[in-house]
Amino acid sequence: MAGSASEYIQHHLQNLTFGKLPAGYVRADGTVLEDATWTLAHTGKEASDMGFWALHIDSLGWSVALGVIFLILFRMAAKRATSGQPGALQNFVEVMIEFVDNSVKETFHGKNKVIAPLALTIFCWIFLMNLMDLVPVDFLPQLFHLMGLEYMKVVPTTDVNITLGMSLSVFALIIYYSLKVKGLGGFLGELTLHPFSSDNLFVKILLIPVNLLLEGVSLIAKPISLALRLFGNLYAGELIFILIALLPLWAQWTLSVPWAIFHILVITLQAFIFMMLTIVYLSMAHEDSH
Amino acid sequence: MNINLTLIGQAIAFFIFVVFCMKYVWPPIMAALQERQKKIADGLAASDRAARDLELAQEKSAQELREAKQQAAALIEQANKRANQIVEASKEEARKEGQKLIEQAKAEIERERNQARDALRAELAALAVAGAEKILETSVDASKHNEMLEKLAAEL
Repeated sequence: MAGSASEYIQHHLQNLTFGKLPAGYVRADGTVLEDATWTLAHTGKEASDMGFWALHIDSLGWSVALGVIFLILFRMAAKRATSGQPGALQNFVEVMIEFVDNSVKETFHGKNKVIAPLALTIFCWIFLMNLMDLVPVDFLPQLFHLMGLEYMKVVPTTDVNITLGMSLSVFALIIYYSLKVKGLGGFLGELTLHPFSSDNLFVKILLIPVNLLLEGVSLIAKPISLALRLFGNLYAGELIFILIALLPLWAQWTLSVPWAIFHILVITLQAFIFMMLTIVYLSMAHEDSH
Repeated sequence: MNINLTLIGQAIAFFIFVVFCMKYVWPPIMAALQERQKKIADGLAASDRAARDLELAQEKSAQELREAKQQAAALIEQANKRANQIVEASKEEARKEGQKLIEQAKAEIERERNQARDALRAELAALAVAGAEKILETSVDASKHNEMLEKLAAEL
């Protein structure tokens, strides 16, 4: 039972990976590849042996599909947007947009057309991706198993690639706006001349490495913490759902129902935190305080 | 937990979604929201204005009512005064008329009395003369005693 339980967990945590296996690779079923081949990984080991040049089709597929659902929904509302009496969909969309707009306005005081739509996209998209966590853990994997796909991880935000992909994009925006607003000199100055500063030029130069280390770490920590916070929360949540699914059937609902209800809070909160921190980071990038 | 191409794929998808959202989702809804805000603000302003107008109209109507009442009161006052005047005037006239009638009547009476007295006097003179004639049994020369008779008559 222990073996099958850990197999069950591992199976659930394995992405459907499409990548390139090198020539001469011994596959899981014992066959040896003659040429380098693009193929679906059959085991976790194969997937990790594919290295960097591999795609998690399930994560990417679900995330794109959910993003498209979000955009179609909002685009429909935008097309039919009227200043008169709004319909149900427009009402909902307006509530979301006003919520995001207020969050942005409270934190970010500059002028930037990107930040508000960016925040909206982040919030809605991450919320939808997190929402997949509430689908019973075996539901979709079993469905895809019947269709012949071995692995299927349906919650994209439990894949660190997805969260890192988003947080690194945010990071790129932070760098871009820092350079745009403060200029290269200003940005470098911010990295090297603070928080420790001195009137003595010599001491100032001595302090540069210290400052660079501190500021550099805090800068790098932004995307990493952003990605890992979301990933960690959702991964843990998913793992607990999987563990609950290992219990006898009669006991499952006593745990999974409270956990799912609690998780409604978690997924919303995590989407909100990701959005809020993005706004905060970008508004910091816009502030020419030093 | 493999870091792989998915990361870049997600970043690309993210970029596309954000651009789409920025171009085709955010502006129309924001525009609709702002337009509605403006509409509501306009509506509120219009209702404020209407309320003010109503207040003004009420004030004006009240004032007009007051003025009309005053006018009516003034008219009634005037009419009363005029009526009193007319009554007074007709009373005065009636009084005068009555006075005049009384005076006329008095004059008439006086005149008739005088007439009667004159007639009486003349008759009395004749009677006296006739009486004296009878007493004296002589004719009295009327022309001789006329003076005396007239004196007698004047004493009556």
